[in-house]
Amino acid sequence: MKTLALSPTQLRAIEVAFWLVVGCGYFLLPDKLTLLSQVLIFGLFAVSLDMALGYAGILTVGHAAFFGAGAYAAGLFAKHAWSEPFTGLLVALVVCVALGYMLSYLVVRGADLTRLMITIGVCVLLAELANRLAPITGGTDGLQGVVIAPVLGFFDFDLYGKTAFWYAFGIVLLTFLAVRRILSSPFGLTLRGIHDSRKRMLAIGSPVEARLRLAYALSAGVAGIAGALLAQTTQFVGIESIGFNRSAEVLIILVLGGTGRLYGGMIGAIVYMLVHDAFADLNPEYWMFWLGIFLIAAVMLGRGGIMGALSRLVKRSAS
Amino acid sequence: MGIVIFDGVAYGMLLFLIAVGLSITMGLMNFVNLAHGSFAMVGGYTAAVLMGRYGIGFFPSLLAAFVAAALVGAVLERVFYRRLYRAHPLDQVLLSIGVAFVSIAAFTYFFGPTMQAFQLPVLLEGQVSLGGFEVGRYRLFLIICGVLVLVGLLLGIGKTRYGAMVRAAVDNQRVAAGTGIHVQRLFFLTFSLGCGLAGLGGALSLGMLGLEPSFPLKYLVYFLIVVCVGGAGTITGPFLAALLVGIVDVAGKYYLPQAGAFLIYVVMIAMLLLRPNGIIPRKGLA
Repeated sequence: MKTLALSPTQLRAIEVAFWLVVGCGYFLLPDKLTLLSQVLIFGLFAVSLDMALGYAGILTVGHAAFFGAGAYAAGLFAKHAWSEPFTGLLVALVVCVALGYMLSYLVVRGADLTRLMITIGVCVLLAELANRLAPITGGTDGLQGVVIAPVLGFFDFDLYGKTAFWYAFGIVLLTFLAVRRILSSPFGLTLRGIHDSRKRMLAIGSPVEARLRLAYALSAGVAGIAGALLAQTTQFVGIESIGFNRSAEVLIILVLGGTGRLYGGMIGAIVYMLVHDAFADLNPEYWMFWLGIFLIAAVMLGRGGIMGALSRLVKRSAS
Repeated sequence: MGIVIFDGVAYGMLLFLIAVGLSITMGLMNFVNLAHGSFAMVGGYTAAVLMGRYGIGFFPSLLAAFVAAALVGAVLERVFYRRLYRAHPLDQVLLSIGVAFVSIAAFTYFFGPTMQAFQLPVLLEGQVSLGGFEVGRYRLFLIICGVLVLVGLLLGIGKTRYGAMVRAAVDNQRVAAGTGIHVQRLFFLTFSLGCGLAGLGGALSLGMLGLEPSFPLKYLVYFLIVVCVGGAGTITGPFLAALLVGIVDVAGKYYLPQAGAFLIYVVMIAMLLLRPNGIIPRKGLA
């Protein structure tokens, strides 16, 4: 097949166009703004997982632990301390980076199986904690009564989700750019090196474990921001934002989009959420059935997801 | 106190029966199989349907559960698992989550989301006096089953020719293949055996855990804890870990009900901190 060659400037133009199209969603689907904000939030969540899984190569099936921790941190902070949204995000970021860094000592050492186990275990443990501490977190009813102050003191969170959309769009774009910058820095290149060959990176003197720990903590922080965004825009934290099923869901989103590619998470979230929305009346069991079939097919027919398929059509030209 | 330990041991035996197959799969083939609970579910439903709809006795149904789960395992191994033994663990995780999802959806479709009714056979009902304790006959039966399987596996792996080939393949696959062992067939048989044992455990769990379509994911963490804490690729490791998990879980629910399932995760993380490679690190199967 003939491949389309794109120069770096053209690629950059496509990136700008992508975000413009997402922003235009506001005008194209004015009655689906809540859905669009959630697409953005889940896209960011999937990008955070990609940092750990696709770039650093840390096998984790418990990333919802950080998503949920961020959501609860932002929700509780707004409810009991201060309802200004940006501070809430910052709190969630700090909490999740700290949590991620502490856990990274457990996660980075050990074989893949131990990693998998620790990440699942921590995720289920936090879910159980959220469930048990019902007086604080609301348990299975979720955290209610979260009120967020207007963004910048002007833009109130309205019923139609207009402010929520622009707020989510702005934060997701900013965080995404930060992630993009981090991943294209020498640090990001080290991660790629570790992912491809850990032994060689050790041999050229790269502090592999420290790099992986940092990547895991950063990834946890980004997941926390995504969780906090969900808590703030919906003004509610459900118990299902933490737990194994949410982790599996975001893994599916990422695989659908393509791992190890910056836009895989965003594209995967767009496709997954829109399809999910279109089939929302479907019995959840059927949804689960087709998800399972999709996963089996994705593994059997080769990996790469949507971005992988696109990259086979498009080639980066040298100039 | 005694009865709590007894119940914990019975629960641990059940976990051991289901998880030992997973331990062998992970140790022998390095395959991360998150769908292991699905095979237990296949066995459980086979037994429940045979007993409930066709009036077949409890013990023949247990045998049928073993056979059915082993057959399903054999088919899936041929079609899917075989191609992924050398793949990245992420692919294995995705495939097995997919299999678990499909099985949950299929069982919900055919049997409904409710828990399966189960009637204990008369022989296993009630209590029996044992050294001054009044213990449930069913739980005693579980413990006997667990010990029998443990002894059977230890003898089978330690004393037979097939067991020697399995040990060789766990220690070094390439050298084992070099000496003329048909590793792929060995994998196939061992995988089916592990699935069959899971099916047996699933059928036995009818009277203790209850069986519903969400079973594979609900108890997945427990199976993984047993394998991970015990040490993948061994048999005595998961046995000890299953006993530990069973006793801690039952004792936790009995003495600290407000902590719930919490205790077991804390124990898991503590154990993995102390012994990252399991209670019995892999040095061949023993």
